[in-house]
Amino acid sequence: MEVPILSIVVFTPILFGVVLFFFPAERHREIRIFALAGATIALILSLWAYFTYDQAIGGYQLVERYSWVPRLGISYHVGVDGMNAPLVLLTGIVMFTGVLISWGIDDRPREFFGFLFILATGVFGVFVSLDLFQLFFFYEIAVFPMYLLIAIWGWKVTREYAAMKLTLYLFVGSVIAIVGGLAMYFASGAHSFSLFALEGAGFSVDFQRFWFPFVFFGFAVLGGIFPVHNWSPDGHVAAPTAVSMFHAGVLMKVGAFAALRVGIMLLPEGARFWAPLVLGLATVNVVYGAFIASIQTDFKYVIGFSSVSHMGLVILGFATLNLNGITGAGIQMFSHGVMTALFFAVVGMVYDRAHTREIPKLGGFIKVMPLVGIAFIIGGLVSMGMPGFSGFVAEFPIFMGLWQSQPIVAIIAAFSIVITAGYIMRVIGRVFFGEMPEELKGHITPINTFDKIALVILSGILLLVGVYPTIIAPLVESGAQVVLALVGGA
Amino acid sequence: MAFLQAHLLTLILFSPVAGGVLLLLIPRERLQAIRWAALFVSLIPFGLALWLWFTYQPGVEGYQFVEQAIWYEAISSSYHLGVDGISVPMVMLTTLLTPLAILISWSIEDNVRSYMTLFLLLETGMLGVFMSLDLLIFFVFWEIGLIPMYFLINQWGSGNREYASFKFLIYTMAGSLGLLLAIQMIGVASGTFDLIAITEKWSALNQSLTLFGLPITLAIGTVKKIAFWAFVVAFAIKVPIWPFHTWLPDAHTEAPTAGSMILAGVLLKLGAYGFLRLVLPLYPVEAKYFAGVLGFLAALAIVLGAFASWGQDDFKRLVAYSSVNHMGFVVLGIAAAAFAQGTMQADDAVIAINGAVLQMFNHGLSAAGMFLLVGVIYDRAHTRDLNELGGLFPLAPIYGGILIFTAMASLGLPGLNGFVSEFLVVRGSWPIFTLYTAASMLGLLITGAYILKGIAKVLQGPLNEKWLGHKMEINRREIIAIAPLMFLMLLIGVWPAWILNIINQTVKLLFG
Repeated sequence: MEVPILSIVVFTPILFGVVLFFFPAERHREIRIFALAGATIALILSLWAYFTYDQAIGGYQLVERYSWVPRLGISYHVGVDGMNAPLVLLTGIVMFTGVLISWGIDDRPREFFGFLFILATGVFGVFVSLDLFQLFFFYEIAVFPMYLLIAIWGWKVTREYAAMKLTLYLFVGSVIAIVGGLAMYFASGAHSFSLFALEGAGFSVDFQRFWFPFVFFGFAVLGGIFPVHNWSPDGHVAAPTAVSMFHAGVLMKVGAFAALRVGIMLLPEGARFWAPLVLGLATVNVVYGAFIASIQTDFKYVIGFSSVSHMGLVILGFATLNLNGITGAGIQMFSHGVMTALFFAVVGMVYDRAHTREIPKLGGFIKVMPLVGIAFIIGGLVSMGMPGFSGFVAEFPIFMGLWQSQPIVAIIAAFSIVITAGYIMRVIGRVFFGEMPEELKGHITPINTFDKIALVILSGILLLVGVYPTIIAPLVESGAQVVLALVGGA
Repeated sequence: MAFLQAHLLTLILFSPVAGGVLLLLIPRERLQAIRWAALFVSLIPFGLALWLWFTYQPGVEGYQFVEQAIWYEAISSSYHLGVDGISVPMVMLTTLLTPLAILISWSIEDNVRSYMTLFLLLETGMLGVFMSLDLLIFFVFWEIGLIPMYFLINQWGSGNREYASFKFLIYTMAGSLGLLLAIQMIGVASGTFDLIAITEKWSALNQSLTLFGLPITLAIGTVKKIAFWAFVVAFAIKVPIWPFHTWLPDAHTEAPTAGSMILAGVLLKLGAYGFLRLVLPLYPVEAKYFAGVLGFLAALAIVLGAFASWGQDDFKRLVAYSSVNHMGFVVLGIAAAAFAQGTMQADDAVIAINGAVLQMFNHGLSAAGMFLLVGVIYDRAHTRDLNELGGLFPLAPIYGGILIFTAMASLGLPGLNGFVSEFLVVRGSWPIFTLYTAASMLGLLITGAYILKGIAKVLQGPLNEKWLGHKMEINRREIIAIAPLMFLMLLIGVWPAWILNIINQTVKLLFG
């Protein structure tokens, strides 16, 4: 009897979350330890799923399938392949480090971790879903806790506005996608929501071209595509640290990934037809996002907009519809996920102590928090695409893919690298170096061990992938091959 | 021994950064321990490089000490290292200058551990560029050199360091962007990043558009042209070639002494190396077509760089502009070879490139030496203003003698190294680019002017009263640091064959 690894990974968080609600609310310490235990189990299992994937065999592995609602053709169907295995691992990593970073939450930690874990289950579920209905189901499970997490534990100034904006955008996006999904279900005649059935359904060219925008853009809202990206910076900033880590690190990948799974893989002809538009919009993401990030004065907004920029690269990679681009996009989802989790962790540590995120009011942090500064520098180098780190390993194939499909886009998008370098180095210089403002001196407490562990794990992964790309590239490439087989590209 | 032989380049390449990581284990207050440990670590690649030098066989075609390993197979890039007669002297230069730069940094008091670690990381970056036989690895190491230098200037530099470091970073990164795009294009067009494979296939790509069956929407000719210009701009910024030189005076002036030594001594050579290793072999046709422009810019760099030096009141800035002046000769030699390689005048081209490569090595020595000496004075006088200094010879006779010696090497006095390389460049370029060479020789007059101005303003003339009673003389540690440079300057000046032979054998094969 095979151990249902994936189901355990998917359901462990929500199980732990539900059990957490039975804890007495004041037992903060036990709540935290229990949460950490759950996160650890999820991390270990996701590592297992990642490293036991056999590339020689390829295809979907660790597959489980159970009938769910047979009358409607809905099944519970999960599996990992080269594209989602890194994302499952990413979720495990972000969940684990997110719990470590949230150790200090004093306001209703029980509910906080409970909702966070429901969110985690939703995310895991979307990544491993091989049934369309199930994918939507887990997607919604991932979106609704965000509202509560931001509205209750977020930054008082904008939390209600940001939570509402985020939820509305994402729900509307998902409704549009659901409409597209249902259209596919009915048109396929296969009476099944299974992705495999839908892949082989043979939709007509016109059908695909008509419905692709619904599904792709509906999900790409969560991926942060221009011009429906503006829920993201506000959402990032208003959310508490661990939620920002999840939001930018994992949730936005859910959007891009779903756009890939449901949009590109099921409606390849539509993807080919709409590719130029997607390329154009994503280019705007990349360049415009970088420019906007440059002019922000709030440390967290800088990171928020840089996420918009980097997710643009993911979407660009997908839109190339070739092996290099899709492989690069897959690696970028992982790399950016870890990097942005690191960024938000750092921002949270600075904000918790300085009680401001205004860059002009910060300075000199590297002397009092050297590890935090170095971690941020590493993250910064990744976001610049500096060789030796994972960002380069991800961006390089994306650019190669762009050369093969639309060279002009490669050139324009490449400019963002210099802009990114500019604003990142300036932020590093202003926040971490220079003189610490008088009001802050003596008030900055050092970070605790859990914070250090989280920073070291995240930084270490970014460096490891950078110097040893073989640890991720062949796996993602095999997943990209599967996508290509459906799209029929080069 | 066999292990050493088989992995010599990897050992040379990674011993600095490995040592740098170990340095992080020393507690940050143990300054002396950190300094000595860093010095010791930097001597390891130097020792290995000496071994490399003596076991390298000149005249054998192709690369030696080749190593290859899997790195990023998904995009056909491998970890591929190798050296030839052009890169061996560069490796030697890098591993020689780093310990000397570390020795000079004894007076740094802030954050010594971070400083030393950054230096060692920088060394790995520079060595990697010289040893790479894979375009992607070339780019990786090229970029790795940028960030440590940014922090070295930004954190340990002088007054205007924030501006200078930021300008350096953004300017060079913008250039690297072109390099990145060009490398990507080449990778896509030829299906690999391996330099040896590309060099073989590249000229053949002239003939057929669909040779690799890739759906490129640009004509292959256009791809090659864009890549050529992207390479040229990226390397032109690094060398630097006028008018892409404006980051240099600020960066060199504001960097800490050791930083300037390495910037001028090695980093500039990365650009010239890029021309020799990538542009000329891959693009002989385009290079020949634009060689005239390159020669013109080289002459401009020589003449205008010299005038700019002459006009400086800041000793360090004077030396900084002298780098523009000296690197101009390197570019002149490269331009001449670009024009004449493989033609009737190939022999002259070979002489010119010999001169260019030797000038790269020589300038490394003399520029590092000059910046070292500027640093010596600055440590004591806390000013670089030539009008404030003056008449220091009686107070610091040993320093004075060393300064004159090094300055003469920089000026190109026969008997010292500068003369040999500049003569070779001029001799080689004269038949090819007579006008530009003639202009450069006029530029040499101005070179003499600024060098002598530097010496005169510092050592001669009336003594500024405030220096009386100050200890101005050079100390033993600094003498030990500059001694190897002086020795080599003299040795190459009177007997260049020991190094020219290695360079020449390879240059003949590549450009003859």
